[in-house]
Amino acid sequence: MAIEIRIPTILRSYTGGAKVVEGAGDTLGDLLTDLDSRHAGLKARLVTDANALHRFVNVYVNDEDVRFLGALDAKLNDGDSVTILPAVAGGAFGFAAAAAIASHGASRRAAVVAR
Amino acid sequence: MARYDSLLDACGGTPLVGLPRLSPAVPKGAPPVRLWAKLEDRNPTGSIKDRAALFMVRAAEEAGRLRPGDTILEPTSGNTGISLAMVAKLRGYRLVCVMPENVSTERVQLLRMYGAEIIFSPAAGGSNQAVATAKQISAEHPDWVMLYQYGNEANARAHYETTGPELLHDLPTITHFVAGLGTTGTLMGTGRYLREKVDGIQVVAAEPRYGELVYGLRNIDEGYVPELYDATVLSRRFSVGTRDAVLRTRQLVEVEGIFAGFSTGAILHAALAVAHEAVRDGRRADVAFVVCDGGWKYLSTGAHGGTLADAEDALEGQLWA
Repeated sequence: MAIEIRIPTILRSYTGGAKVVEGAGDTLGDLLTDLDSRHAGLKARLVTDANALHRFVNVYVNDEDVRFLGALDAKLNDGDSVTILPAVAGGAFGFAAAAAIASHGASRRAAVVAR
Repeated sequence: MARYDSLLDACGGTPLVGLPRLSPAVPKGAPPVRLWAKLEDRNPTGSIKDRAALFMVRAAEEAGRLRPGDTILEPTSGNTGISLAMVAKLRGYRLVCVMPENVSTERVQLLRMYGAEIIFSPAAGGSNQAVATAKQISAEHPDWVMLYQYGNEANARAHYETTGPELLHDLPTITHFVAGLGTTGTLMGTGRYLREKVDGIQVVAAEPRYGELVYGLRNIDEGYVPELYDATVLSRRFSVGTRDAVLRTRQLVEVEGIFAGFSTGAILHAALAVAHEAVRDGRRADVAFVVCDGGWKYLSTGAHGGTLADAEDALEGQLWA
């Protein structure tokens, strides 16, 4: 038995259009290296040069966010299901809100985004 | 307390109810594992967003950014708009909401009833279209005030000052807090408060997993994380698909008589996961989770009836949380 990986639409150019691919590895990092051997370039889209998960990538093992399970060191077992998704915390509409605030008057922006 | 000077004063103070039938059974002699539901549908407009709306408007008033007669502009997919519409009405502001077409019709009807004006962004094209629409409108009206719930500290502070203390008061033995991850305000505010007060508290996020059509991203770099989000507040984060969310929403009303919206189903799914883990590990657990809103606004989706596959189809392409 292998590990099943679900690939989002925007990364399927690396998997020949496949929605689901299979791989192996004891950790998420190992799994991504294994995948990259067959789907060259995929790992570089998910992992930064500093060997951390890309800020706008979320990876879930059996529906749980790997960032809370050790990130690239997260342990994997045969039969696990790994899902890769673009980060969209806040739902799709967060984008619109962020964009709108960015294009709003500069004085407003300074007042609104206090952080 | 049962008497208030105005509707705004009746915000918060929602009941926390036990779920004896949904709580997992534990072996004889093992410590109890209990689920508790925080009924946020009991707020003035029927959702948890009343808390954030009230705090954000008050903060803007105190900062002198909002004056009577001003127009508030907020891109929102529903509940925040409804809450803001009520607060705006009572405090003397005009509200314009930018929202995607693919939200339930009840939300649109409610917004109009409360007096909000709505500008729709096309559902086709996903978030990119919504971005373009929102940008255009805000550029055309620089005098309109945007409260921007995704980056407004008053959103999280509402939960730090109200939701968190209410939970601790009603459930001093709380071990887990589970809520939905949208603007992240509920989890950040309540989570921070509980982390300060309760040793070992687990703060658990449940985020809805939509079909990719909803997002409409072209590449990873278009991703988005709300400014309020601080991952160090969370202990764990679950992604919950439509099918699981619908299943749990139905279970909640069938078993415990609580009629909630689908985002609550997603949260319950994560709450049950941590509750069952506690049973397996033989640990005591008091798991409190948020019921964000009632199910009324989602009846027109048809997803409360039929098979789970039917419900999944009905919600495909919709923002159900």
